[in-house]
Amino acid sequence: MAIKAKHQRLVLLVIALVVLVGAALLAAWALRNQASYFYVPSEIVADPPEPDRAVRLGGMVEKGSIKTEPDGVTIAFVVQDGKARVPVVFKGIVPSLFVEGSGVVAEGKMGADGTFVADNLLAKHDENYVPREMQSMTAEQAKNVVAETK
Amino acid sequence: MHGFANPARFLRIARWLMPLCMVAGVALAMGALGWGLFEAPAERLQGETVRIVYLHVPSAWLGMAGWMGIAAASFSELVWRHPLAGIAARACAVPGALFTAVCLVTGSLWGRPAWGTWWVWDGRLTSMLVLLFLYFGWMALSQASEASDGGHNKTPAIFGLVGAVNIPIIHYSVTWWNSLHQPPSITMGKSAMSADFLVPLLLAMLGFTLIFAGVVLARMRAILADQQAEARLRRKALSEAEF
Repeated sequence: MAIKAKHQRLVLLVIALVVLVGAALLAAWALRNQASYFYVPSEIVADPPEPDRAVRLGGMVEKGSIKTEPDGVTIAFVVQDGKARVPVVFKGIVPSLFVEGSGVVAEGKMGADGTFVADNLLAKHDENYVPREMQSMTAEQAKNVVAETK
Repeated sequence: MHGFANPARFLRIARWLMPLCMVAGVALAMGALGWGLFEAPAERLQGETVRIVYLHVPSAWLGMAGWMGIAAASFSELVWRHPLAGIAARACAVPGALFTAVCLVTGSLWGRPAWGTWWVWDGRLTSMLVLLFLYFGWMALSQASEASDGGHNKTPAIFGLVGAVNIPIIHYSVTWWNSLHQPPSITMGKSAMSADFLVPLLLAMLGFTLIFAGVVLARMRAILADQQAEARLRRKALSEAEF
């Protein structure tokens, strides 16, 4: 009798857990577009936000695209995700990890001419950790060194 | 598993296992932190700030592991009615909450130089903050049930299991949703982290895990001793009342 009650509790609890996890996964799936912290360039290009709405744009800073304007404090660069490119202008101090070929999240508004006007920049670094000694290597070489340690 | 449910046998094992975990854990964690802070190289892009990883990642792991401990204990409490399960869950809560708080604080300190912000409401950071609030809620609930009916209430166990839903959300928050926090560097069987960082980090994780286990064992012993003392006082009060 005691064994039976124990098994009954086990079955009930496992069913309850399966239902609970299923509900959580459904909720997370429903949130997949809403809970993102930023839009990627292809989303911005396909469905541009209203000009006055504050949005975040995240992606990679295109290599060779950072240019300083003549006033010395405004910079212009391109954010891309491999499918689309969005030009960005920003006036202010950039985080130290803001470099070409690395991730960035720009907070601001879409300008009328298709340029994103950022009022804040956040640097987004990737999951790769490489010692400074390997700095002189190209990104490809460093990646191989990391791959060897797997 | 069932063998450990006997409090007397558990106490016999915990008596020597607890100091062993503590000593080994402190030695390993201190060694790994020394290695990470003074010997390991600086990172290519982040420079010296990368060293906070040796505290941040073990804290994040143990913050989540603490709740997994609560959930596992809650499960065995509800199904098998282990006499030690509720005690184990209570013992996990405080160190789990502490490591979650350390993870949030070190993450914030790291975010300022690395990302350019102390805090953002992205999926990873928000779900980790929710975990801290779950710990606070669980501790309040468990204390209330302890005060009202001596801990024979099943509500904390149910809360412990329901709250475990947040653990996969924390883990996958950086995969499911765009976030400022980067995806995991260490996944099953491979690492995007060079061995210069990975080895001291894994040692620090092992060391802090042993400390965590030692603290849980010590707290379980303390709770058991508390219950024994209370039962003795109650018996004494009863026998005195008879005379």
